Amino acid sequence: MVPAQPAVTAPPATLAEPAPASARQPAVAATPQSVGVDTSTPTDVAGLGRLRAVGFIAPALVLIGVFLVFPALWTLYIGATNFRLTGVAARTPDFVGLDNYRRALSDPSFYRSLWLTLLFVFGSAVIGQNGLGFVFAWGLRGARRWVRRTAESLVLLAWILPSSVVAFLWIALLERDDGTLNELLGRAPGVPWLVRYPMLGIIVFNIWRGTAFSMMLYSAALSAVPPSHLETARLAGSSTAQTLRDVVLPHIRRYALSNTLLITLWTFNDFSPFLLTAGGPNHGSETTPVYIYNTAIVGGQMGYSGAISLLVLLINLLLALVYLRAARTSRRLSGG
Amino acid sequence: MTAVNDSDGVRLASTVVRRIFFYVLIGGGTAFFALPLLWLLSASFDDTPTYAVRVPRHFSLGSFAEIGRNPYALRSLLNSTVLAVATMAIVVTAAALAAYALSRARVPGRDALLYALLLLSSVVTGTAAMVPIFLLIFQLGLIDSNVGVVLVLSGGLLPAAIFLLKDFIDTIPRSYEESARVFGASPLQILRHIVVPVARPGLATIGVWTVVQVWGSFLTPFILLRDPDKQPAAVLVRTFYTEGGSPNLKLIAAFSLLYSIPVVLMYLLAWSRYGFRFHGGIKS
Repeated sequence: MVPAQPAVTAPPATLAEPAPASARQPAVAATPQSVGVDTSTPTDVAGLGRLRAVGFIAPALVLIGVFLVFPALWTLYIGATNFRLTGVAARTPDFVGLDNYRRALSDPSFYRSLWLTLLFVFGSAVIGQNGLGFVFAWGLRGARRWVRRTAESLVLLAWILPSSVVAFLWIALLERDDGTLNELLGRAPGVPWLVRYPMLGIIVFNIWRGTAFSMMLYSAALSAVPPSHLETARLAGSSTAQTLRDVVLPHIRRYALSNTLLITLWTFNDFSPFLLTAGGPNHGSETTPVYIYNTAIVGGQMGYSGAISLLVLLINLLLALVYLRAARTSRRLSGG
Repeated sequence: MTAVNDSDGVRLASTVVRRIFFYVLIGGGTAFFALPLLWLLSASFDDTPTYAVRVPRHFSLGSFAEIGRNPYALRSLLNSTVLAVATMAIVVTAAALAAYALSRARVPGRDALLYALLLLSSVVTGTAAMVPIFLLIFQLGLIDSNVGVVLVLSGGLLPAAIFLLKDFIDTIPRSYEESARVFGASPLQILRHIVVPVARPGLATIGVWTVVQVWGSFLTPFILLRDPDKQPAAVLVRTFYTEGGSPNLKLIAAFSLLYSIPVVLMYLLAWSRYGFRFHGGIKS
């Protein structure tokens, strides 16, 4: 279950979602070395020639072009029409200019979804996964082998299982009538946790679901802290807080930044809240991805949700660019 | 003398306290991760499972018989397999060819292309592209077709796959290919007989990664496949209700366990066989 010590030597420069999440997860992955794009001139050792090289690249580019780039660009057009799934506007959608954007900007349910997404991202990723991932990495450093293996295996298991499965595990855990949590608390008429506290429910769920990534990243980062520095701090009698601040933090700062940006990007796009609450009750946990699904696929308002999708794409682009910039800067600083 | 001993004692005590604190913290944290997972085991082997995690009252394998009784359950596992294998074949082949050319040949605009791939892999997510992808597949008449799902998933996974494989191929010494060329091998021969065997761990990584991604993927098949006969396990598992309208816990537990095992096995295999590197975003 437990992988060999991850060989991370620098923050990952990859952006795409690794998690087995529900959405089609573009897993960006690349080491920072590769982000900085190798400038050495490739020598054509196999004698491919330019023409054959282009032929080799073409199939992949066609697939990416048709099923990834085109949809992204098409969103620009869809968002400017009154495209609907059924009725007249389905056959001949009209161009409506910026109407959809105006509507979104004056639509309270759109703002609510953004606010809930912010809570979700901040609570479950920036604070939750980041914090718990670090606590596990730090706490398990000197632990016995079997303790470390057991803890890491369970955290990883939560990460690798299919999202439909883990979502039901949490529904069972939080169920009102005889869910495990209510049984443990000894509540006779149990609390319907997901109905009463839907946001808290999906936030805790997502901490459980995604901590593995942060744990692995921080555990690799911590192994790069020279043991002699820790030893010196210990002999000097510094407290844990002092050691963390003065010895550990300088070494892991750039990992923490990369990690936060990546999990923010992934959590922002995470569709799994839908599997727990479907956005309910009464839109109480309708984060932006779920809001898009509900307006587009359920409500059939393709034009309007296209406009919102474009906004998500732009936020993703912004996060990805900041991430790549940070990865490149830290690479330059470390002389990589 | 005593002063030194005292401060040593204090330090020892504080170390012990700190130790205990960490063990409680890690113990509590581990329990938090274990608790939801336990249901998968306890409920699957219970003859009357409830929502609560408990030791099965009567150990039984009867829940697994439920899987055969549902008209779609086994079929959905087959559907998941078909989607995963087809997507893997496309992704590994197309990514290997592209990554090799990008690693070895002078391709105009290569650096810009790599940067664009890196951005694409993270920016155009299933969530952000749900609307245009649904419309595209709808207009192509591929709703309720495995082909549509495979193409969409392949397009989404390819940028990261190319990126990872190019990294891997960059580390393969070029001298093998040079020598083969000296002996008169053609580019395709070099690819098949030199590069593919040497790059096998990299190709296997991408293959396993693709299968795991597709096996667990929910959103894309969820919006593109309506016919329960065509749906993969990830989508179908949400429809397991009894006639009374409550979730069929026996079926859900046993089916979820069966559906999860391949993922766990693939990780175990991958780790033991290749000792996968922890590759940034990639779970491997």
